[in-house]
Amino acid sequence: MTNPEHTGEGAAVSGRDAITGAAGVVSEEQRARRGEREGGQRSGRRGGRRRGEPTRVPDADFRSYHGRPVLNQIVWEARDIGGYLFLGGLAGASSVLAAGAEVTGRPGLARPLKYTALAAISGSTAALIHDLGRPERFLNMLRVFKPTSPMSVGSWLLMGYGPLAGAAAVTAATGWFPRTGTAATIGAGALGPLVATYTAPLICDTAVPSWHEGYREMPFVFASSAAAAAGGVGLLASPTAQSGPARRVAVGGALTEVAVSSFMEHRMGLVGEPYGQGRAGALTRAAKALTLGGAAGAVLGRRSRALSALSGAALVAGSALTRLGVFQAGVQSAADPKYTVVPQRQRLEERQHSEERA
Amino acid sequence: MAADGQPSRKGFFTDTSVCIGCKACEVACKEWNQVPEDGLDFLASSFDNSGRLSADTWRHVAFIEQRQPLGHQDPGVGRPEGGAGDAPGPVDLGMPSFDLPGQRTGEDGGSGGGDFRWLMSSDVCKHCTSAACLDVCPTGALFRTEFDTVVVQEDICNGCGYCVPACPYGVIDRREVDGRAWKCTLCYDRLGDGLEPACAKACPTDSIQFGDLDELRERAERRVEDLQEAGVSSARLYGEDPGNGVDGAGAFFLLLDEPEVYGLPPDPVVTTRDLPSMWRHAGAAAVVLLAGAAAAFAGRRS
Repeated sequence: MTNPEHTGEGAAVSGRDAITGAAGVVSEEQRARRGEREGGQRSGRRGGRRRGEPTRVPDADFRSYHGRPVLNQIVWEARDIGGYLFLGGLAGASSVLAAGAEVTGRPGLARPLKYTALAAISGSTAALIHDLGRPERFLNMLRVFKPTSPMSVGSWLLMGYGPLAGAAAVTAATGWFPRTGTAATIGAGALGPLVATYTAPLICDTAVPSWHEGYREMPFVFASSAAAAAGGVGLLASPTAQSGPARRVAVGGALTEVAVSSFMEHRMGLVGEPYGQGRAGALTRAAKALTLGGAAGAVLGRRSRALSALSGAALVAGSALTRLGVFQAGVQSAADPKYTVVPQRQRLEERQHSEERA
Repeated sequence: MAADGQPSRKGFFTDTSVCIGCKACEVACKEWNQVPEDGLDFLASSFDNSGRLSADTWRHVAFIEQRQPLGHQDPGVGRPEGGAGDAPGPVDLGMPSFDLPGQRTGEDGGSGGGDFRWLMSSDVCKHCTSAACLDVCPTGALFRTEFDTVVVQEDICNGCGYCVPACPYGVIDRREVDGRAWKCTLCYDRLGDGLEPACAKACPTDSIQFGDLDELRERAERRVEDLQEAGVSSARLYGEDPGNGVDGAGAFFLLLDEPEVYGLPPDPVVTTRDLPSMWRHAGAAAVVLLAGAAAAFAGRRS
């Protein structure tokens, strides 16, 4: 980037400047000084500050093209892809718990979790296909294997995990091939954590500010949210005598999820803002309330089947709302040029300063 | 041709200092590539009614109106103020201004005249060296051509839409009616026949220049030096640096203000630069999940 030389204020306007009008383009410092003088004209001259709708937060100082977003808006449907993120997590973590229950001899806990895993992964895949612009071309996902594309990696992961989750559920339902069933359950349990977490790189590997900036914490948010949901299903569907591990996973997942997501939202600074605003803010707050409420209920309702089930349902709902909130925060951050321009401008200026010092 | 027989890297240099906002590039692109209509809207943003790059807008001319002194140049029309005797004063020709038409009278015409500048810039796909859209495409529909440009194969694309939020410039988009992703191809079909892209061909002022990227970079460097020397202190290149966040754009620009004023990101970085770290974090989270579950089952039986 060329650092413009300044002609200096008050210099005679002549030559090519007279033609292009570029003499008026001055450094930020000079612009600020002139802005003070011009006062009310400032907003008019800086066309980018004119916004279509009143802003909810005080404007960070930035310029844009007629207030339009820099990025193209995410084309995914919140219901499809938000649901896909939630169901993928639920399936993966359910398989992990099902494997644990199978190995430690808790069939009453293992069976509903296996069914949940199969139903969730089927729903997740259906949502993904439904969201394609050309659903009939779904199999084109398997033309190539690209580690640079989390969606490609995820498609192959689903191809491996789906049949294992299916075999685990079908053998549990029918009682056929018990040893194959155990192997499939353990296999699905081994792939489950990857199924639950790969969706974090999937959304973070974009230019969407409120997704990309959270790439360090997002996998932990998703993993713990998935654990809370699967634990919730365990509480919902298994007798209290066998649901102890599910209860511990649910409570641990719920507390971790709320802690890590709150940390993430604060650490991201400006681009963490959408998580607290508008629809995304409402979803995120509701998710945290349900998750914490579910965790409290899971602890207090140790001996009550009904309270356990209610807590489990709250945890599942909380996990779903977490993903929808994350999805919506991404949409909101892509729609406002502030979240794209301000951090990049800061980065650029910091780099220029360090270059000047060097 | 490079030494190995491969064609050299092709690109665009868009010199916005000579853009006149005629939109011939938008029209030529639509005509040649048979891009569907993109909405006959009135956006109330100067002369820009296509708004942004999208699946159906592969060239987009931005119009920015700024309150900047134009240097009070004599347009060569009207009469000098305070002319001899009965000579009429300056005539309001309705030239762009921030005042209402006709409101500026002879007395203050001198102070307000020319306090307006128009920036125009024809935006296009940047054909990044490190292209996020190409990296994240799960089907391989997006590929890199022999001209080092990035093109979507429409018979492969399944419309997953991943490339849309991946692009740091907001270029590629999904066409709602046919469900696939579309963007500038740098006229891949014309390049194969040794022709220049339709937009560059149609540009009447050579604001859009097509050619070998190396040569364009040299030309742009000279142009920006000339402009700086002539006093256009605001002239700067955007996207030409191979050391930038996308390792250099195949389509770069000479701008007269900060990039964000034109709707361009000031410091875009290809998102996949952080992907290895993302995979490591996801792997760590998966291990934590597994360990946490194991710990939960290792406790006392209940």
